[in-house]
Amino acid sequence: MSIHTRRGHDGKTLIIKIDGRFDFSTHQAFRDAYEHGGTDIQSYIVDLSQATYLDSSALGMLLLLRDYAGGDDASIAIENCNSDVRKILTISNFEQLFIIR
Amino acid sequence: MDAPATEPDAGIAAGSGPLRVLIADDSDSDRLILKTLLTRLGHHVLDAANGHEAVALFHSGQPDIVLLDALMPAMDGMEAAREIKRCAGERMVPLIFITSLSAAEDLARCLEAGGDGFLSKPYNRVMIEAKINAFNRMRLMHQTLSDQRDLMHERNRKLLEEQHVARRVFDNVAHTGCLDAPNIRYHASPLSIFSGDVLFASPRPAGGMLVFAGDFTGHGLPAAMGAMPVAETFYGMAGKGFDGADILREINQKLVHILPKDMFCCGMMVEADFELGQLNVWNGGLPDAWLVRSSVVLFRLSSRHLPLGILSTDQFSVEMETIRTLPGDKLLLMTDGVLECSNEAGELFAERGVRHAIEGLSSGLHPFDALMSEIRRFTGRQKFRDDLTLCCLEMFYQEGLAALPEGTVPSSLAGPAEWNCVYEIRECTLEKFNPLPLLLHICMEVPGLRRKSGEIYTLLSELYNNALEHGVLELPSEWKYTSEGFCQYYSERAKRLSGVSDHYIRFSFHHEPMHWGGRLRIICEDSGQGFDFQNHPALQSMEMEQSGPRYAGRGLILLKRLADSIRFHNQGSRVEISYDWYF
Repeated sequence: MSIHTRRGHDGKTLIIKIDGRFDFSTHQAFRDAYEHGGTDIQSYIVDLSQATYLDSSALGMLLLLRDYAGGDDASIAIENCNSDVRKILTISNFEQLFIIR
Repeated sequence: MDAPATEPDAGIAAGSGPLRVLIADDSDSDRLILKTLLTRLGHHVLDAANGHEAVALFHSGQPDIVLLDALMPAMDGMEAAREIKRCAGERMVPLIFITSLSAAEDLARCLEAGGDGFLSKPYNRVMIEAKINAFNRMRLMHQTLSDQRDLMHERNRKLLEEQHVARRVFDNVAHTGCLDAPNIRYHASPLSIFSGDVLFASPRPAGGMLVFAGDFTGHGLPAAMGAMPVAETFYGMAGKGFDGADILREINQKLVHILPKDMFCCGMMVEADFELGQLNVWNGGLPDAWLVRSSVVLFRLSSRHLPLGILSTDQFSVEMETIRTLPGDKLLLMTDGVLECSNEAGELFAERGVRHAIEGLSSGLHPFDALMSEIRRFTGRQKFRDDLTLCCLEMFYQEGLAALPEGTVPSSLAGPAEWNCVYEIRECTLEKFNPLPLLLHICMEVPGLRRKSGEIYTLLSELYNNALEHGVLELPSEWKYTSEGFCQYYSERAKRLSGVSDHYIRFSFHHEPMHWGGRLRIICEDSGQGFDFQNHPALQSMEMEQSGPRYAGRGLILLKRLADSIRFHNQGSRVEISYDWYF
């Protein structure tokens, strides 16, 4: 597991990329990633193209990010999930809270 | 708070504290030299002239370190060493041989006998001091590790004990309700003493059942903490006649309030109406529930909502899916532990496994048993990874009154005996609010009525539903009883409810004491037009003529069976019933 962050081309989007398993072991690293992202960040992209697995504690972490980013006003997109990961997001109906693409 | 068991003293740890040293040497002069030397270093010395004495002194003196001459009369050093090590057991007592032997085999025999090291004769003060300090450090390190290990064992034992006690409290709150009913089969395997999964079932006051299955994020104590209020809310509200939607709303609100942001509860609420042959299901984040008729999968009820504990009340939707059933139909509901079971090759059981078990069902075998044995066969010797809950609810034919629970037997002395009450709900409140639990609550203030709660609830709900569905909304009751009209009925019901205007439903209660007990009169009026029942083709009997077509079928039969008298006015838009209770 590893987490990398970078800024998008507009300079105001924080892209958080997760490699490997997205589960409880990534808790602190994921938190650090968005909390140290900078105060001028306006939107977030969680890139799951390299994520192999996602469990319910990862869903919890996404909710924490959403709360940090302003709750109902948060702008968060979850990108490039594989079909297994996508299925977990769908069962929990997370598309009601996040842009999933 | 407990203090840590023992903190090694800093002075002794550095090797400067006094030790109890047992020495054994058959040479009186050598023994005296060694004793003097050790006493000058500040240690307390116990001295023995042979192996027997050494073993005896070891027992009585509890020395920290033992120095043994290898060759002695009356039990030599080797034998004494074996005996001393045996007595010391787990305690680390460094044992040093004092010897003039130098052949490798002899020295090896000393170590095999339990010796930890050697000191050679003649004695050298510097070497003795250094050796004793070195072995003392080893002894203290061993002591610290054993103390920490013992402390961990003790803490763990206490923790488990506390969890067992807490589990008893938890079980009393989060009890299994009516899960032992003959139409329910279930399996729950918690990963730890507390499970992240919950499964509750409760009979409804007017017949039918509510079942709730939930899966909290995480396992163990934190998950169980969330389960307690869910259990209280579920059983409390179900017993008072609230419907699944009300209970879901309440549970969601509670969980949003008490859970940290990253915790939530995937859940499923099932309302089973056995008499109508109808299931209402709400699924928020749990795997599909499967409706099975013999070995055919009729429906899969997928998650259509976010889990509980995430959305605020105004965003939360309690919309349920309604499906028609026949007696014998079985609903299988499960938590994701079932789908995530893996076999020795690491493959998941998944939906494929569930379908395989159901569709391969041989006649006579219960789908619950088939699925459980399929899971066991699949996982083999692998342990279940997640909390795993599986429940099967079977639909059966039930008359409205078959399962009415008798409430607790109350004292007939206290409580109101003579009272009137009028309660009216109007306009959009008709769409959004279910007044039945409140109305039941008012009646339940009378102790004599309390043990009749099921009957009273049935009377109230028949009156109310009739007034709402046929009076206010003017839905034809025939629809409800044919499979073609069924869907139409419920979609039309929702549509018309959202457009209610200029309507009311009014309940008037009057209770008076009687020499045999008491009499409750209920008048239910609605703003509906009623029907032109004299020209209605459905009118066939005198009873129907009296009641109007709005009370065709089930409603009328129930009301007539329960009430002592019943009268209809204004084409059924005003119904009066009288109900007697006895001491």
